[in-house]
Amino acid sequence: MDSLKMKNIPGPDTISTLTLENGATVLSFSNLNSRSIYMIGILNGGGVLDPSAKTGLAHFTANLLSRGTKNLSFSDFHSQLESAGANLVFSCGSQHAWFRGKALAEDVELLFRLSSDSLQNPSFNQEYIGRLRNQLIAGLTIRDQDTSEMASLLLDRHLFPDHPYGQPIDGYIETIQSITRSDIVQFHNQAYSPADMIIVIAGAVDGQEIRDLSEEYFSTWKVDTAAQSKSQLIPPPPANITRKHKFIEGKSQVDLLMGCFGPFRTSPDYMPVFIGNNILGQFGLMGRIGKVVRSESGLAYYVSSSVSAWSDVGTWNFSAGLNPENVGKAIDLIREEIKQFVKSPVTDQELDNSKSLLIGRMPISLESNAGLANAILSMQRFELGFDYYQKYTGLINSITAKQILTASQRYLHPDHLVITSAGPGEEIK
Amino acid sequence: MNSLANRHILKNGLTILTKEIHHAPLISHWIWYRVGSRNEISGKTGVSHWVEHMQYKGTPKYPVNVLDTAISKVGGYWNAMTHLDWTTYYETLPADKVSIAINLEADRMVNSIFDQKETELERTVIISEREGNENEPMFRLSEATRSAAFDQHPYAQQIIGEMRDLRTISRDDLYNHYQQYYTPGNAVLAIAGDFNTDDLIKELTQKYADIPVRGVSPKISVTPENDISRSDQITVKGHGDTVYVQISYRAPKATDDDFFALIVLDSLLTGPASLSMFGGGSISNKTSRLYKRLVENDLSVNISGGLQATIDPFLYDILALTSPEKDAQLIIKSITEEIDRIQNNSVSQAEINRAIKQAKASFAYGSESITNQAFWMGYSSMFADHTWFNTFIGNLEKITKNRILSAAQKYLDPNHRIIGIYRPSQKEND
Repeated sequence: MDSLKMKNIPGPDTISTLTLENGATVLSFSNLNSRSIYMIGILNGGGVLDPSAKTGLAHFTANLLSRGTKNLSFSDFHSQLESAGANLVFSCGSQHAWFRGKALAEDVELLFRLSSDSLQNPSFNQEYIGRLRNQLIAGLTIRDQDTSEMASLLLDRHLFPDHPYGQPIDGYIETIQSITRSDIVQFHNQAYSPADMIIVIAGAVDGQEIRDLSEEYFSTWKVDTAAQSKSQLIPPPPANITRKHKFIEGKSQVDLLMGCFGPFRTSPDYMPVFIGNNILGQFGLMGRIGKVVRSESGLAYYVSSSVSAWSDVGTWNFSAGLNPENVGKAIDLIREEIKQFVKSPVTDQELDNSKSLLIGRMPISLESNAGLANAILSMQRFELGFDYYQKYTGLINSITAKQILTASQRYLHPDHLVITSAGPGEEIK
Repeated sequence: MNSLANRHILKNGLTILTKEIHHAPLISHWIWYRVGSRNEISGKTGVSHWVEHMQYKGTPKYPVNVLDTAISKVGGYWNAMTHLDWTTYYETLPADKVSIAINLEADRMVNSIFDQKETELERTVIISEREGNENEPMFRLSEATRSAAFDQHPYAQQIIGEMRDLRTISRDDLYNHYQQYYTPGNAVLAIAGDFNTDDLIKELTQKYADIPVRGVSPKISVTPENDISRSDQITVKGHGDTVYVQISYRAPKATDDDFFALIVLDSLLTGPASLSMFGGGSISNKTSRLYKRLVENDLSVNISGGLQATIDPFLYDILALTSPEKDAQLIIKSITEEIDRIQNNSVSQAEINRAIKQAKASFAYGSESITNQAFWMGYSSMFADHTWFNTFIGNLEKITKNRILSAAQKYLDPNHRIIGIYRPSQKEND
C-alpha cells in the first residue's frame, strides 16, 4: 500500500497551540484552500452528569446556550449569525458538552464572541426554557415512533444497565417535564468550566489571529470547581443472548441492532478491531455481513457493523433494516458470520483490501475544514499525538490478521450479544 | 466554486465537464443520466430507481462484488442516487486511481447483465427500502400530498415507486429501461479534482467514445403542469403523537427566472436552504418570518421549506410540526397571513441582502469538497446546463423587491395549493 501523498496532513509543525491560564486549550490549523472556517469545542457538561431523575438535563442545558445570553437576546443572537450566513450550535454527548460553528473567514470573530458569551453568560430565559421543553418533548414523541431510535435505546439500556451510558442523552418525556430553570442554572454553574475545554479551528485563518481571539474571548473565564462525573464501573459485557423487541404500531419495517462491548479508544485492541470491523461489516457493500444478508439473501436494504470508542469503553454493533418475516433469519446469518470471524484469521486479501481502503480514505476525511478540525480534536482528546495522522499509514500497515483475530475474540462472541429491535411484531420484554 | 468548467462533447453525444482543483490528491467522477421518476409510466413506477440498484449487480468484465472491491480497496467511496429527473453514480477516490472509476462507469453504461436471480434478490431489498420509508410519517404525508398536487404528471409518484409495481416489474422491464436511457447522448460526465485536463480528456475519450448510441424505443411524452388546479386539504392518519402540516404550492422550473425569486422567498419565509449535498452545512432559520410567527408563538415546534431545481414545474413545500393539542388550522392561517404580508409588499432590501449573503456562505462551505463541486456541474446539467450554477449568485443578486412581490403573488396563491395534514389516528380534537 502506498503512503499518502497528501499535502496538508495536520502535524506538530502545522497545528498552532495555545493553553490559557484557566486551562482551556485552543488549537488551530490554517487551510488557505478554503474561504471559511470551522470551529469545534468540547468541555465538561456531558450526559454522565445527569441525576437519574433528571435524565436529559445536560442535553437541555446545552441546547439552551443558543437561546440568548445576558448580553444578547435570542433574536439578536440569531440575527447576527444568520445575517453572516454563519452557524453555531450547542449539543451534548455522554462525556462532554459540544459546540460547533461555521462562518466565512471574515466572520471568525463572530463565532468566538458568540460562543464565549453563550458558554459564560447564558440567560436561561424562562420563556425559551418553556419553548425548548416543548420542542424537546416533540422530538421525544417522534423518537418513540422511530424504529431505529427505539432499537438503539433498548440496546444501550441492556448493554449498560444501571450506568449513565444506558440512558438516552435526550432524556424521557417525564424527566424533561420535571426539569426546572433552577436545575439548569445549577447544572451550568457546577459543570461548565474552561478547565478541560478544547477548541479547534480549521480554515482560512492564521494561528496568531486565533490565539489573539482566544485570549480576548476566553481568558477571562475563571475556573470554578467543575462537577466531574463520578467514575462508575462499566457493567460486565454480555454473557449470553439478551433479546428484546419493542412493538411499534403501524410500521412496515423492523430495525435490528445486535451489540456488545468493544475496545476503548487508546486500547491496543482498538486498531485491530477497527480494521477487523471494516472487513466484517463495512468494506464495499458492507463487508462479510452485507454480502450474506443483502447481496446473497436479499433480506435487507441496509446492513452493516460499526465500532464506537470512548475513553473508557467502546461498543461493537451490527444493524439492519428488515421485513419482520426476515428478522430471525438475519440474526442467524449475522451470528454465523460473527462465529466464523472469531474462529479463523481474516484472509490476506481481505486484510490488504481493508488496509488500502482505510489509508486511501484519509485524504477524503481531511478534505474539509470540519474533517480537519475533528481529526485534530481526536488527537488532543485521546492524546494520540499530533503526528498521529502522519504515522497513520504505518499504524494501519502494522496490524496483522492474528492481531485482529486475538483482539476480536476478546469482544465478539456469537452467544454473548444484546439483540434489540423495534417495529412490527410481538413485544419481547 | 465559481471557476468555470470545461466542456467537451464526444461524437456519440456524451458531454464531459471537467474542473481542475489541486488542493487535495482526489478526483470525483460523476456520471449523470437524464432519467428519473419523471420518465416512468403507471404500472412501472420505481423502475429508474431499481435500475440504479441493478447497476451494482455486475457486468461480464466486472462481476458482482468486484465493482465495490475495486473502488473500496483504494479508499474511494461511491454511491448512486435516483431523483425526479435524473439518476447519478459517483466515485471519489485518490487522484492516481481515477482510471478505476472511468473503466467501471464506461463499462456499466453498456454492459450491465441484469441477471434474473439478481433481479429477484433486489426486489426484496427494494421492497425493504420502501417499507423503511413507510415507517416515516413524512414519507406517507409527502406521498399523499404530491399525488394530489399533480393531475397526470409523473412527478406525482414517489421515486421508489408504488408497492404494487415493485411486486410486478420484471427483469425485462428493467433491462429495457436501461437500454433506452443509459446511452451516451443522454448522459453527462462531470469530473473535478487533481488532474491535467488534456491528459484526462484523452483517457475519457479512449474509454467512452466507442460506446454506441442506443435508446431505440420512443421516450414517453411529459406535459408540464404549470398550476395546481385547485385548493384542497387532505388528511393522512397514522400512529404517533406528532402532527405534520405540509402546504405545497407549484414552483417554477429551474430555468425560469422566477425560480431565483422563489429561492429568496423561501429564505425569507423559512430560512436558507442548504445548497450543498457534500461538505456544506445548513444555516439556522430562527430569524425567518415563519419561525418567528409559528415557533416563537408556540404554534409549532419547527418550520422548514423545500424547493427543488427540476426540469418541469414541481413543488414548493412548507412544513410545520406540532403536537395534537395545537390547532393545525391556525398554523395554516398564520402561514397564509405571512405570505399575504409579502404579497402586500412588506419585503425590505436588507432581507434580500441577507438571503444573498447566506447563499454566498453556503457556496464557500460547499467549495471545500471536490465531490460537491463535481456534483454541482452535473446536477445543473440535468435541468439547465453547467453554467446554471456558475451564474447562481449573480441571478440572486438581480432579485428585486418587485420580483419577489410578483413571484409571491403568482406562485403562493391560497386558491392553488394542497394542504396535507398527518394526524395521529387516536387524536380527533383538531
